[in-house]
Amino acid sequence: MIAIIDYGMGNLGSVAKAFSAMGAKVSVTEDPDVIYKADKIVLPGVGAFRYAMDSLKKLGLIPAIIKNIESGKPYLGLCLGMQILFEKSDEGRAKGLGIFKGKVIKFRFSKNQNLTSAKPPEGANNLKIPHMGWNQIKLNITKCPLLKGVPDGSWMYFVHSYYAAPKDGSIVAATTNYGIEFASMIWKDNIYATQFHPEKSQGLGMELLENFVKL
Amino acid sequence: MLAKRIIPCLDIKDGRVVKGVNFVNLRDAGDPVENALIYDKEGADELVFLDIAASYEKRQTVFDMARRVADVAFMPFCVGGGIRTLDDIRQLLNAGCDKVSINTAAIKDPSLIKKAALKFGSQCIVVAIDAKRRSFERSYSSRSQDDFSVEKSEVYINGGRTPTGINALKWAKKVERLGAGEILLTSMDRDGTKDGFDIPLTSAVSTAVNIPVIASGGCGKLEHFYEVLTRGMADAALAASVFHYKEFTIRQVKQYLKEKGISVRC
Repeated sequence: MIAIIDYGMGNLGSVAKAFSAMGAKVSVTEDPDVIYKADKIVLPGVGAFRYAMDSLKKLGLIPAIIKNIESGKPYLGLCLGMQILFEKSDEGRAKGLGIFKGKVIKFRFSKNQNLTSAKPPEGANNLKIPHMGWNQIKLNITKCPLLKGVPDGSWMYFVHSYYAAPKDGSIVAATTNYGIEFASMIWKDNIYATQFHPEKSQGLGMELLENFVKL
Repeated sequence: MLAKRIIPCLDIKDGRVVKGVNFVNLRDAGDPVENALIYDKEGADELVFLDIAASYEKRQTVFDMARRVADVAFMPFCVGGGIRTLDDIRQLLNAGCDKVSINTAAIKDPSLIKKAALKFGSQCIVVAIDAKRRSFERSYSSRSQDDFSVEKSEVYINGGRTPTGINALKWAKKVERLGAGEILLTSMDRDGTKDGFDIPLTSAVSTAVNIPVIASGGCGKLEHFYEVLTRGMADAALAASVFHYKEFTIRQVKQYLKEKGISVRC
């Protein structure tokens, strides 16, 4: 059973539905016991970092999440669920789970900076924040089990203003360019996380989730 | 590189898709879920559902619709119309909706934007601005009438029925400060006309703020998409009738834009 952790941070409906659609048994839960018993856990979430950490604390879910990760059970963090794996965030100066070294920082672009393409189209916009919409992922670790059948350059759906900057570059499974090249996916052992939303990225996103189900 | 988004919009009334011009003469145009699936297949980047006759009693219909759409379409979608409270937003997000669009309630209580952004994150809070250029006597200014009327654009609420006296550019900047993650800008002058998006208005709003702007209202030809995504500085373009009546498909639009050198997902 895959436990999808419900901590009041939205987006749960779509994640649960995506997994259910591929026949996986899921439980959307805020109960630590259910999380302990799960084979895999998914931490979705959009929204504010500090609020997310506060909610996880208040619900007493942090020990269960850490324990599952330490016991080697597959973990999938989506968006905020990727960010909180790191030590801290600029967003509300909050502390994260600290499983990986590094912090979560905000996109900062000076006004009038052009998109970093070789030839920006006529009237290219300034880079807006949030980074919202479809962007491509550049694969860094092609042997990552979740990327099986997901080609380099796949379009994925992003919505975020902050991104994780891992200290350890070897965990970066894919990157995406938005003004800068940032880590859009990480993988280390049993820990997988994406900054994008596979559950909203149609076919190739579903492929990635299916790979997680098959682990 | 981030792709420019092409977004079909579905106007919803009592759980059905409807179509009309300038919010009047509505015709039934099918089931929202069936429509969503077609657009999903065609390569729409996102979907917007606007509940144009939202009322408190019928809230549940919208939540149900969002749930049904999320059951089958694994793509981002936004629901707007009649959203008043943090609880409305939470229910929609839990139903599987990615973004909510707030219009009238944000004008009536701008702090709702701030509270919603703090609680759910800016990325899911879209503020819809229905703007209409005000017809002024020619000013003494040396600038053209066009520039002048853009700067004097006024925000309308209640589905375009009620003028607010609020300046659209100032309001756009204010909602950004309050934490809105995106602006859905509809030109009421162009909506339903097929004369093209309001380019001066869109570029004025898009350059005034640092959040993405979805342009809406007036699309009738393929060129209109190109115009609004380049000169109009829009991050996304929304259209309803051209897609709905199959004047062209989303795939055609994207192919056209791609050939013109615009970054699109296709």
